[in-house]
Amino acid sequence: MGMVRALGLTTNSEIIATTTAEAAANRSPLLRIQNVAKSFGKNAVLRDISLDVAEGEFLTILGESGSGKTTLLRIIAGFETASAGEVWMGDERLDRQPPYRRRVNTVFQHYALFPHLTVEQNVAYGLRVAKRPEAEIVVRVKEALEKVKMSVHAKSKPSKISGGQQQRIALARALVNRPRLLLLDEPLSALDANLRRQMQVELKSLQREVGISFIFVTHDQEEAMVMSDRIALLRSGELEQVATPREIYGRPATAYAAQFIGHTNLLKGAVRAGVVRCGLLTWPAALPDGPALFSLRPENIRLDTGSGATNGGVRVRGKVRHQAFHGATELIRVECVDGLVLVVRTPGSGGALDAVELEFSPADAVLVRESPERI
Amino acid sequence: MFSRAYKAAVTLPPLIWVTVFLLAPYLLMFCYSFWSVSASQTIEHSWNLANYSQLLRVDVYWQTLLRSMWIAARVTIFSLVLGYPLAYFLSFYAGKKKDLLYQLVIIPLWVSYLVRAYAWKTILGSDGVLNTSLQYMHLTKHPLEFLLYSPFAVVLTLTHIYTPFAFLPIYAALEHIPRNLVEASHDLGATPGQTFWKVIFPLSIPGVVAGATFAFVLSLGDFLAPLLLGGPSGIMISNIVVSLFGAAYNWPLGAAISFCMLLLVVSLLFCSERLEKKWSFS
Repeated sequence: MGMVRALGLTTNSEIIATTTAEAAANRSPLLRIQNVAKSFGKNAVLRDISLDVAEGEFLTILGESGSGKTTLLRIIAGFETASAGEVWMGDERLDRQPPYRRRVNTVFQHYALFPHLTVEQNVAYGLRVAKRPEAEIVVRVKEALEKVKMSVHAKSKPSKISGGQQQRIALARALVNRPRLLLLDEPLSALDANLRRQMQVELKSLQREVGISFIFVTHDQEEAMVMSDRIALLRSGELEQVATPREIYGRPATAYAAQFIGHTNLLKGAVRAGVVRCGLLTWPAALPDGPALFSLRPENIRLDTGSGATNGGVRVRGKVRHQAFHGATELIRVECVDGLVLVVRTPGSGGALDAVELEFSPADAVLVRESPERI
Repeated sequence: MFSRAYKAAVTLPPLIWVTVFLLAPYLLMFCYSFWSVSASQTIEHSWNLANYSQLLRVDVYWQTLLRSMWIAARVTIFSLVLGYPLAYFLSFYAGKKKDLLYQLVIIPLWVSYLVRAYAWKTILGSDGVLNTSLQYMHLTKHPLEFLLYSPFAVVLTLTHIYTPFAFLPIYAALEHIPRNLVEASHDLGATPGQTFWKVIFPLSIPGVVAGATFAFVLSLGDFLAPLLLGGPSGIMISNIVVSLFGAAYNWPLGAAISFCMLLLVVSLLFCSERLEKKWSFS
């Protein structure tokens, strides 16, 4: 440590200060997926996927059902072979190895615990087949069960414990092998909402603790936002955007990304001589001429019920068509003078509204690419 | 939910059937086993245990019973040795050909048992296909005698006939193993061989037990194969029962042997059910 200081190198605390995403850019990636494609017969499930996963990163592959996210995970685990492309772990070509030679472990969607083995034997399975000394197995299994707080159930059969508990055992069974990369295939989808939120927090803190890279597959955008260092948004077998939750929410690259992650207003307009025109709305923007699509988050629109105070943003009048009270916030649907409908999120309006004036800052209208239809 | 009349209409016919054609005959057989045959060839309804003590005293009866069990045991082992790999291959590796191959295993069951037994007679006889070919190829000078009219012929024929019965429950058990367990095993570093012995085989044990029970019980009670192909050395216990009820005209002794076999089979079924339960995890 002293040596490190003397040489003026960064210390541990400084490294921790940088975010994992930044660290990802600095270090060579743990896993590299290069131009991977997969077809089942004529049906192309994945097209030209390239993606890096950093050491210690929590990456979420987010997508609707049928987007190919599980297929991508199965290619990394080795249960499917890619039709094209390569998967590398460090300088080892992973996609040519059978699943049992890959230093990758998976937590399956339905846990896939061995029903004829006890919880303890399930957790010990990987170490036993690797022929580790029995004394070491006992210690490591005990540690793993303690880590997921399941020591009391060590002697139970999986069928005798609840879904959430099975989930933890599946996690312990994978982590006890100290894989370099852990794959999680919608591991929380079978749990009820409360347990699910609790497990999200536990899983995230466990990942920080063990420092293993996680690739987490989910269709739940909120789950993805809460847990991930980075999100890889998959749509119909292609990557739509790969970015941190903040980036992907604040600066969505495409209309699909903007709509899939959170609520948004999509404004279709045209740019001419540095001015965007979208119905009655106009604002200046340094963009080339031509048609343009913008995403405007509901919380970035200010609702003015008549004070007339302006922040110098774009303003438009409208009539409230619908109000939905969500507790902390309220979603209000406003039909503007020219028929354009905008959704506004306010921290509670205090009652029924009618005529309102809306205002937003041009900086909050984010230019997005159209998301073309794909089969 | 259903009226009493409806419930009675549904349950009565099978109940009557079971009573008239199963329970009553068994009861009758049980009674017979304590009666005896008089010198004038009539059944004497005097109750005693003479038949059962004769079973233990006369060597040929219990020896034949033991030999029948030994034949049935060999048939069981061979049926499992043939049926398990077949079921495993079909369930895990046959892919699209699965249904076709499954049908091919089943089809022999449609052919009459008698025809299949006779087929072996034509194959194994001294002028049979096998001996003629061996002599034609100058591998043997004289027909091989042990092929037909021997325990060997009986075991071979019964194995051929009862392998599908061993195959079916094993196949069903293998089909019920969730494939993600196999994936999980590979994922945890187990080679295909380790996966088979640590996951697939243990989970298929209920099927193996059921298949073994079928093969053993069915071949233990078989009398056609030993009759057609067994010869004097290949006689099984059922042949003795048949002759006791027929030419020998000793129904009481026949009933006593049948009852012992029934007891043996029922206790076997009971054990196998216990075993299956112990190893099932659904």
